[in-house]
Amino acid sequence: MIDYVVRRLLYALPLLIGINLLTFVLFFVVNTPEDMARMQLGQKHVTAEAIDKWRHERGYDQPLFWNAKGEGADRLTQTIFYQKSLGLFLFRFGRSDAGRDIGADIGQRMWPSLAIAIPSLLVGLAVHIGLALLLVFFRLTYLEFWGVALCVALMSISTLFYIIGGQFVIGKLLQLTPISGYDGGWNAVRFTILPVVIGTVAGLGSGVRWYRTLFLEEVEKDYVRTARAKGLSEARVLFSHVLKNAMIPILTGVVVVLPLLFTGSLITESFFAIPGLGSYTIDAINQQDFAIVRSMVFLGSVLYIVGLLLTDISYTLADPRVKLN
Amino acid sequence: MPVLLPTDILFLSMLLGLVVLVFYTVRQEHLRRPWRAVMRSRSAMISLVILLAYLLIAVLDSIRIPVSPNGHVNSSSAPIGEPVTLLDFGLGGIRDGQERTYSAPLAVVAHAREMTRQPDGREVWSYPRLEFGGRHLANPEHDHAGDLSRRAVSGLLIGFAGWALVVGLMILVLASRRRSNMIGFVRLAWRGETELPWRAIALTLLMISLIAGVVSELSHEYHVLGTGKVGEDVFYQSLKSIRTGVLIGTLTTVATLPLALTLGILAGYYRGWVDDVIQYLYTTLNSVPGVLLIAAAMLVMQSHMARHEAEFASLATRADFRLLALCLILGMTSWTGLCRLLRAETLKLRELEYVQAARVLGVSQGMILLRHILPNLFHLVLISVALDFSSLVLAEAVLSYVNIGVDPSTESWGNMINGARLEMAREPVVWWSLASAFVFMFALVLPANLFADAVRDAFDPRCPE
Repeated sequence: MIDYVVRRLLYALPLLIGINLLTFVLFFVVNTPEDMARMQLGQKHVTAEAIDKWRHERGYDQPLFWNAKGEGADRLTQTIFYQKSLGLFLFRFGRSDAGRDIGADIGQRMWPSLAIAIPSLLVGLAVHIGLALLLVFFRLTYLEFWGVALCVALMSISTLFYIIGGQFVIGKLLQLTPISGYDGGWNAVRFTILPVVIGTVAGLGSGVRWYRTLFLEEVEKDYVRTARAKGLSEARVLFSHVLKNAMIPILTGVVVVLPLLFTGSLITESFFAIPGLGSYTIDAINQQDFAIVRSMVFLGSVLYIVGLLLTDISYTLADPRVKLN
Repeated sequence: MPVLLPTDILFLSMLLGLVVLVFYTVRQEHLRRPWRAVMRSRSAMISLVILLAYLLIAVLDSIRIPVSPNGHVNSSSAPIGEPVTLLDFGLGGIRDGQERTYSAPLAVVAHAREMTRQPDGREVWSYPRLEFGGRHLANPEHDHAGDLSRRAVSGLLIGFAGWALVVGLMILVLASRRRSNMIGFVRLAWRGETELPWRAIALTLLMISLIAGVVSELSHEYHVLGTGKVGEDVFYQSLKSIRTGVLIGTLTTVATLPLALTLGILAGYYRGWVDDVIQYLYTTLNSVPGVLLIAAAMLVMQSHMARHEAEFASLATRADFRLLALCLILGMTSWTGLCRLLRAETLKLRELEYVQAARVLGVSQGMILLRHILPNLFHLVLISVALDFSSLVLAEAVLSYVNIGVDPSTESWGNMINGARLEMAREPVVWWSLASAFVFMFALVLPANLFADAVRDAFDPRCPE
């Protein structure tokens, strides 16, 4: 087991190096620091001194890979690649282009993200799996046909409409919850209800359809027939036997997104004005703060790779037949 | 002489390629069989008719002709003003019918009251008349409903006549191809006993032509879906957005197709270190969360455009470049899935007898790849275009909302929603921009989903015909 984990971690290393290089090329080679400075300071009427000053303040005035002016190790360390890109491996994110400490911002902003993302995931899972099991329970009836048709219709609606419509109906017409905003402590609950409800409804179509296909695959298997032959009720068969055995494909989908919950959802957070990492990224995009976007790209990739690793480990815990080697 | 922007060229040549592919597929029995299952499905054919209607509008909106400012096609060699698409040309009246600000669908007066000065000098707090909507009515309170219903009825009649003409021609062609008489064919089709669901196709066409008839009759004198914040016609905006949506849905997969095809085939056919390198490449790209990669690439692209401002002289080329870049960037995040599929399929194909036979007979490797592997991969490409289409159309809206989508000057549903997101908070509510974007998107994405389902079912090896 430990052997396997170590091997997987070593395998993740070249991937991380690749991602690091990719972000470096995107942000410093394709798009030079001078372009960044120009964009931040305004396109026209910008003097060369202003650009140099901007670059110097943010440490973008060093050479990319090789500092010929330096001595000894400085030749490698006094470069943009070493200072800005390699630091990401140690989660040293440095300062944003606006001068804020990115690491501290992330540490502070991940909590609101989690406060929205975790309930959304749990409620969504429970509702989607429950409804999917119901559809399977009523399989080969009109109820199933129209249920699936409804799922396809729900899938065809953009998330934006769910959010705008939900805010309008629940927040404005019925005035059940605040339309947007966030507050610390227990007050946060009031603000999480609407995003969680809307998130669940928005994912209903694709979620229910996906779990339904998983269950349908299980429901034809021999052990299900045996369980029925023993005289168990259909509900008992579905909710205990089938659900348990469908756990592995469900796990694949869930565990892989667990680490990414930290980074939150871009759209939800910006619509509901939640000060999490999703809206942090959006703000950075709008302000064209390259340092923050670069950090978030790397962080997101690391979390995704961690998720893949966790998925593999969770297989062995859920299914004793799976052996890692 | 038509003026073509880069996306137009790509889009039209993609359609050309599709037509060639269809002709090729029709002549190969083993390729044709799964498609026949798709054609037999009623929901798939209804969806296909609706999708083709959308496609037609997108094509009309991709052929640009230079016109002079007074709206006539310019015959001289130097065009004045921006070139106009065939769709704009057909919708001339709607495009020019500007209002000052919001007005409800089919209204004759503005949405909000204003202080207006009467001819006798008094100032009245009332709803001002629109400049375009219902301007032919002398007495709007009295004539409005009557005029609307008269136009709706005549629109229905025109739509029905157009439909009857098209369906009549279809019956004529189909009956003569089956060498049966027309009445007999119609009877068969109506009972649903033909191989293809012709009745469903005809009814879908009827619905489309009735809607088109009514809308075109009404749009001569009214804003059918109202006007937006600066008085632009919402219906025109929604129609123009079709091209953006369809283009992003199709071009994205097609633009990165050469990459996915080459790498997928190479990895699958040569295996060994080539396979390792290519797998490493797409696993790395795949590990970056999609939205973030798109955001990063769009930021870099924006700064590239800012640096080369001189190359993007006109607004249209700028917007067009950005649309193309968005397609490529979206494609960058989605080609990995297709590449993996192609690799797996090539791995399977290279071991088949006919490929081995070709190898033994001394056919060159390039020839084997080109003649024996490539044609048998194309169904995967079509399936993935069909499957990705709807999610890409939906993604466009979200990305435009986050400001990393198409250019703000490009008409797109995402931009419409983005512009309208504060309108729900107004009193009284301005609902028509959002509702139009919703209806137009839903009417495209739902058929796309249904069609993709039928395609997937037909090609799924687990449930054979």
